[in-house]
Amino acid sequence: MEKILEVKDLELSFHTFAGEVKAIRGVNFDLLKGETLAIVGESGSGKSVTTKSIMRLLPEHSSEFKNGEILFNGKDLTKLTDKEMQKIRGKDISMIFQDPMTSLNPTMPIGKQIMEPILKHRKVSKSEARKVSIDLLRLVGMPKPEARMKQYPHQFSGGQRQRIVIAIALACNPQILIADEPTTALDVTIQAQILELMKDLQKKIDTSIIFITHDLGVVANVADRVAVMYGGRIVEIGTVDEIFYNPQHPYTWGLLSSMPSLDTAEEKLYAIPGTPPDLLHPPKGDAFALRSDYALKIDLEEAPPFFKISDTHYAATWLLHPNAPQVEPPVAIVERMKKYPGSRYYEGTEGGAY
Amino acid sequence: MAKYITRRVIYMFITFFLIATATFFLMKALPGSPISSASKLSPSQLAIVEAKYGLDEPVPVQYGKYMLNLAKGDLGNSFQFKNASVTELIVKRLGPSFILGSQGLILGVTIGIMLGMIAALRQNTIWDYGSTLIAIVGISIPSFVFATFLQYWLGVKWGILPVALWKDGWLSSVMPSIALAMGPLATASRFIRTEMVEVLSSDYITLAKSKGASGFEVAFKHAFRNALIPLVTVLGPLAAGLLTGSLVIEQIFAIPGIGEQFVKSIMSNDYSIIMGTTLFFSAFLIVVIFVVDILYGIIDPRIRLSGGNN
Amino acid sequence: MSQDIQKIPADSFERVHIDSSQAERITKPSLSFWQDAWLRIRKNKAAIVSMFILLFIIIMSFVGPMISPHDAETQTLTHANLPPKVPGLEKLGIMDGYGTLAGKEVDLYELKKVDTYYWFGTDGLGRDMFSRVWKGTQVSLFIAFAAALIDMVIGVAYGGISGYYGGRVDDIMQRIVEILIGIPTLVIVILMILFMEPGVTAIIIAITITGWIGMSRVVRAQVLKYKNQEFVLASRTLGASNGRIISKHILPNILGIIIINTMFTIPGAIFFEAFLSFIGLGLQPPAASLGTLINDGNKVLQFQPHILLYPSLILSLLMIAFNLLGDGLRDALDPKMKD
Repeated sequence: MEKILEVKDLELSFHTFAGEVKAIRGVNFDLLKGETLAIVGESGSGKSVTTKSIMRLLPEHSSEFKNGEILFNGKDLTKLTDKEMQKIRGKDISMIFQDPMTSLNPTMPIGKQIMEPILKHRKVSKSEARKVSIDLLRLVGMPKPEARMKQYPHQFSGGQRQRIVIAIALACNPQILIADEPTTALDVTIQAQILELMKDLQKKIDTSIIFITHDLGVVANVADRVAVMYGGRIVEIGTVDEIFYNPQHPYTWGLLSSMPSLDTAEEKLYAIPGTPPDLLHPPKGDAFALRSDYALKIDLEEAPPFFKISDTHYAATWLLHPNAPQVEPPVAIVERMKKYPGSRYYEGTEGGAY
Repeated sequence: MAKYITRRVIYMFITFFLIATATFFLMKALPGSPISSASKLSPSQLAIVEAKYGLDEPVPVQYGKYMLNLAKGDLGNSFQFKNASVTELIVKRLGPSFILGSQGLILGVTIGIMLGMIAALRQNTIWDYGSTLIAIVGISIPSFVFATFLQYWLGVKWGILPVALWKDGWLSSVMPSIALAMGPLATASRFIRTEMVEVLSSDYITLAKSKGASGFEVAFKHAFRNALIPLVTVLGPLAAGLLTGSLVIEQIFAIPGIGEQFVKSIMSNDYSIIMGTTLFFSAFLIVVIFVVDILYGIIDPRIRLSGGNN
Repeated sequence: MSQDIQKIPADSFERVHIDSSQAERITKPSLSFWQDAWLRIRKNKAAIVSMFILLFIIIMSFVGPMISPHDAETQTLTHANLPPKVPGLEKLGIMDGYGTLAGKEVDLYELKKVDTYYWFGTDGLGRDMFSRVWKGTQVSLFIAFAAALIDMVIGVAYGGISGYYGGRVDDIMQRIVEILIGIPTLVIVILMILFMEPGVTAIIIAITITGWIGMSRVVRAQVLKYKNQEFVLASRTLGASNGRIISKHILPNILGIIIINTMFTIPGAIFFEAFLSFIGLGLQPPAASLGTLINDGNKVLQFQPHILLYPSLILSLLMIAFNLLGDGLRDALDPKMKD
C-alpha cells in the first residue's frame, strides 16, 4: 500500500531550565493510506510529542528538531516555513485532542469554529461553508445541527463537544487525522460512542488515522497496526494481532500483562515496576532494562536495533539476537501466544515448535 | 438573572443607606463647626444661622430630614458659599472631572491592553521586559508623584503644556489625563499579559493552530477576546482608583472639578459639601461596580446563557 | 547501533538481575516547600535586587538621621532652601550646591556663607532634608508595616473562622463583608480621618478599617478549599482536634498565600499614607512622613525641586521594590506556577 507519511530517525529535544530533555530519541514509522495506526505507551513515552511534532504544534522557542525528517507527500514537514505549514494544518493533516471540555473556544459559537478551517482552506462562500458545517455536524451525529450552530461550547456535553472537535478535524477531508487520546477524558459509555463514530467515519471517508492512547482495549478495537513507544523510542511495531498475540519486547509483555481482562481469572493485576526513564539523562542502553525482568548485560551497554520478526513486525530487544538466551515470557503472554500461528508456543492444529 | 439583579440592587441600597447614616453621624460627632469657627457671631446671631441650617433641632429630626432630602436628590446647602446648593455645586463641577476621568481611563486602558498584548505575544523578549517595567513603574509610582514630575518637566521646564488651571481648553486636560492614566495603564497591561499567557497555552488555541490559523488570527480572533472579557472585572477597582487619583490630580493641576472641591471643603470644614461629595462618590462607585458585574454577565457567553449562578 | 551485531561477544547476552527498586529511586533530592520557594526566588533577579534595596532603605531609615551631621527638627533659618551638596560629588558638577537664583546659576552655599554640607539640601525652614527624608521613611514604613500586620491578623482570623466553621456563621459573616466591600475605601478612610485626631494611629486605623477584607476573602476561599480535602478528612477521622487541623494541616498550606497578600498590602498602605498626607489629612507638622514631605515639596516645586525629588524617589523605590518582591514571592510560592 501507498505510504502517506514517513517518519525517519526523528529526534526532538525540549530546552528547559533543568537542561535538554530528549523527548524523542530516534523514531521511525510509516503511515499507510487508509490505515489506522495506534501509538501506545505510558505518559511521557513521547507518543503525544511525536504527533505534535508532525503537526509542528510544539512551542517553537523551547523545542528543537535534532535529527531526522517527517515526509508527507514528499515534503519534509520539519523544514517547512510557518506559512507553508499553516496551509497543511487543518487541510491535509488535522487533529483531535484529549479534553473536549477545553479544546473549543468558549467565547465563539461552535458554527463559526467549524466554518473557520473551511473558509480558510477551501474557496467557498460563507453560506456554502455554513452548509458544509451543518452537514458535518449531522455526519458526527449531532441532532438539530442548524439550531446548534449558534450555540457556545458550554451548552454541549463532553461527548457532544468531542463530536464537534471531530467535525472540525474532518472539515477539509484531511488525508491524515491525528487523534490524541480522544476518549481518555470521557465517560466509559461516551467513550464507546465516540469510538464507534470514529470507526464509522473511517469507513465513509478515506482518511489515515494516527490514534494515540494508553488504553490497549481501545487499540484492539480501532487499530490496524500498533506502535509501542517507550522512553522516546518505538520499541515494537506490528499488526494488531502480532502485537497482541505474538509480542516480543519485554515492555509490550508488561503492558499486555497489566491490562485487565474478563476471561482470565487472574487474582492480581500485573504492574510494571519502577518509573519511566528520566529523559533529561536518558539511560545508555535499552531504556526499559532497569525495569525489566529479562535484562541482559548488553541492555545496559547498548541500545538494541530493530529485529525483524515478520514483514510487518519489528521489535527492538536484544532477546531476539541469535546469541541471546531463550527466555520464558510471563504466563499470560504465553497463553496469548498459544493462539497465534507462527509463535513458538502455538498450540493449533499444525503443531508448534514447543 | 433577574433574581440576581434584584438581590444586587437591594444590597446597593442597603450599602448606600449605611454609608449615608454613618456619614451623617460622623459629621455630627466631628469636633468644631464651620459656623462657630469661621465667624465671630454673637450667640443670638448664631442661633439665627443655626436655625437657618436646621442645626437647632434635635439630631434624630435632623437625620430624618436629611435622609428625606437625600431621597429627593437634595444634598443641602453649603456653609461656605452662601445659599449654594451642594447638589448644584457638584453638578457644576462634574464636567472637568468627567473629562479627566474618562480620558484617563480610555488612554490608560487602551495603551495598557496594547502593552499587555505585546508582552504576551513576545514573551521573554526585550518587549516583554520593557512593558512589564512600565507596568511595575505605573503601579508603584503614586499618581501625584508622577503628576508633579510631569508638571515640572512638561510644564515648567519645557513649557509644552499648560502647567495648571482649566483655561486652555482641551490642552489643559492633557497632563492631568496622562497622570490619571498611569494606574489603569499598569493594571490593564499586567492583567492582559497574565490572561493572554494563560489563554495562549490553552487547548483551544492549539486547536485553532491545528486548523491552520495564522499567528495573527490565533492572537486576535481567538485569544484576544477571551483575554479581554475578564478585564471588565477590574473596571470597578480602576474607577475607584481614578476617583482617588482625581482628588490629588485636580489639586495639583488646580482643576475646578469635584475632587478639588472635596479637598478644599475638608480644609475648610464645610460639612455639607464633605457629606454631599462623600455620598456622591459612594453612589458613583456602587453603581459602577454593579454595572460592571452586569456587563460581565452580558459580554461573557458562559455567564450570559447559563443564567448567572453567581 | 551501527556496530555489526554479529560481532557482539556472547557473554554480553548473559542475563542480569536488576533490582527493580532501583528504578523507583528518586533521582532528584527532595526539597521542602520553603527550600523550593527559596531556590525559585533566588533565580528572580528583580526580586533579589528589590530585597537588597528594601533592606538598604530600612536600615537607612534608622541610621540615616544619625549619620547626618544635622538634626531633622532644628530650624536654621539662615540655611533655608539650600540645594544638595555632597563632598566628593561636588567636584563632578552634580550636587555641588549650585542653584538657580533670579534666573542665574549660583553657588548658594557661598552666597549664604554656609560652610557645612547638606547632602539632600534644606527646606524652607532650613531643616536638613537628609535627616528629614529618612525620618519620614521610618514613619511611613512603620505605618505600612503596622497596617499590614493588623490587616493580616484580622483578615486571617475573620476569613479563617468564616471558612472553617461554614454554615450559618459563614453566611452571616459573608453578608457583613458583602456590605462592607460595597463601601468605597477612599470614602471610609477620609471619614475616619476626619473623625479622629490626625496622626499615626488615625492613619493606621483608617487604612485597616477596610483593608483586612481582601485578606479575609482570600483566606476564606483557601480554607474552604483545604478543609474538604482528603488529607484533612483523614486527619479528622483519626480524631484530630480543630486546633490541630488548623495549625498542622490548613495553616501551613495557606501560609504562602497569606505572605504574598501581605507583601502587596504593604505598598498599598504606603501609598494610602502618602495620599492622605498629600491631601492634608495625614500627619500634622512638625511630624513628617514621605507623604507630607512630598506635599511640602510640591508647593515649592518650581524653585526648589530638590525638596520634592528625594522623598518622591524613596517612595517610588519603596513601592517598586515591594511590588517586585511581591511578584517574585508569588511566582515562587504559588504552586500553580510550578512546572
